[in-house]
Amino acid sequence: MVADAKVKVAVRDLTIRYGEDVALSDVSFDIHEHEIFGIIGPAGSGKTSFLRALNRMDEFTTGMAVDGRIVLDGHDVSEWRNLYSLRRRIGVVFPLPVGLPLSVYENVALAPRLAGVRKKSELDEVVERCLRRAALWDEVKDRLDSLGSLLSGGQQQRLTIARALSQDPDLLLLDEFSIAVDPVTTMRIEDVLKELREEVTIVLVTNLVQQARRLADRTAFFLTGELVEVAETEELFTGTVRDQRTRDYVEGRFG
Amino acid sequence: MFETTALNTRSRRIEGLVRILFLMMAVMLILPVLIILGMLIARGGPVLSWAFLTTPPTNGMTAGGILFPLVGTVWLVTVALIASVPVGVAAAIYLSEYAPDNWLTRVINLAIINLAGVPSIVHALFGVGAFVLFFRFGTSILAASLTLAVMTLPVVIVATRESLRSVPRAFREACWNMGATRWQTIRKVVLPNAISGILTGVILEVSRTAGETAPIMFTGAAFFLPFLPQGVLDQTMAMSMHLFVISTAVPGVPEELPYGVALVLISMVLVMNALSVGFRMYLRGKKKW
Repeated sequence: MVADAKVKVAVRDLTIRYGEDVALSDVSFDIHEHEIFGIIGPAGSGKTSFLRALNRMDEFTTGMAVDGRIVLDGHDVSEWRNLYSLRRRIGVVFPLPVGLPLSVYENVALAPRLAGVRKKSELDEVVERCLRRAALWDEVKDRLDSLGSLLSGGQQQRLTIARALSQDPDLLLLDEFSIAVDPVTTMRIEDVLKELREEVTIVLVTNLVQQARRLADRTAFFLTGELVEVAETEELFTGTVRDQRTRDYVEGRFG
Repeated sequence: MFETTALNTRSRRIEGLVRILFLMMAVMLILPVLIILGMLIARGGPVLSWAFLTTPPTNGMTAGGILFPLVGTVWLVTVALIASVPVGVAAAIYLSEYAPDNWLTRVINLAIINLAGVPSIVHALFGVGAFVLFFRFGTSILAASLTLAVMTLPVVIVATRESLRSVPRAFREACWNMGATRWQTIRKVVLPNAISGILTGVILEVSRTAGETAPIMFTGAAFFLPFLPQGVLDQTMAMSMHLFVISTAVPGVPEELPYGVALVLISMVLVMNALSVGFRMYLRGKKKW
């Protein structure tokens, strides 16, 4: 990665609490434009909390308190006036697939519709493009009218990804997207993500250390709410100068 | 270790007895239903005819049919629904989708529980004070229906709130994440999937409204009227009131007549309940997730 890469998201002194419990404590790092930024760490390390704070989902979570700053494109997300426009710029894929109880077509057309797109031809185009991107088009093109919530788990997850892409986001958050997806499909989605890097910045939270290694340009290691280390991915996996805990984790000695 | 001890035999015998006792209690539940329906059909059945449904009461209500009370009940139920369904559904949407957990929400929830517990005769007196006198609707369909509406609001609110809550939160979060507002989320995803439960609640409300007597006695239901109501400010006869009147206040009513009226009334309610059950089963059949 080039050293003067543009900063997409700047995180400064970020602390997230749920009541008394601290989920993330005093974390600072940058996410660069057009990179895949991996976040690895065991369960309870604060990875998902970070994504929720970035998308301002704290609004919907009682007791979640966010301190510090998350700056997206130069603007603090906590001062963002129109939360809906903020969320529209950020596509999110959560670990468990959520096929909305709408038709496959409407699942993907929903975000453009919310953004005010009315023309059928335009919607058709978005739906096909996003479903192709998510490696789902060939499987559903003949049954776009069937319910998205009745697809198989793996298909629903790709539908969720297609839906996130339909927002035309410039930041894509993936939270352990491959949990409910078979390995072959996972590989296909990973290929898609590599291509997408040209257009969007991707934050990839994953439990699979090797997935971070395959995809991420740079990777951060979270451990019980603390940012242990952030570095070029290859450096994190092979380098010498680093925290012993990172070495233990990536080599599978705990976690 | 596995030998049958005295204690063991005893607890097994008690288990058997308890089971039979509980079964008997449960079976006893269907007895009143069978007896009531059996009596009504046996004694009221012969009264029923197309003419019975389509002619007004005659000879000081000792003969003729039940056209006027039947139409009156349809009026009362319809106006009550028009008043209570929009209010109830809107309130339930607020409580389920918007309301934060604060003192106001808790007060509203408490009010709903209390409203459901108020005896119907108290609702009747409230209706007289509020709608008949204060709003000057007089004794009219409007006043009676509004009283019924207030009384049945909790039914609509609770049914709607529960069916909204049965839509998984993940669907809402997925929508919010796309930048949808709460209302967009409700309209596109939540309401379409809660509508079956809401309609079930509305149908139950209809059956409850149709059978009530006390709330309409002083607010709009007449002892006897020789004509059909022409608008919501007219008084009307009603099935429940008519049954009450001919059973207690009119001399010389043939013995089977009240049974016939009661049979029609209970059929209306049972048909409504059956509709609600059938509707729920139909929608469960095409479950969406």
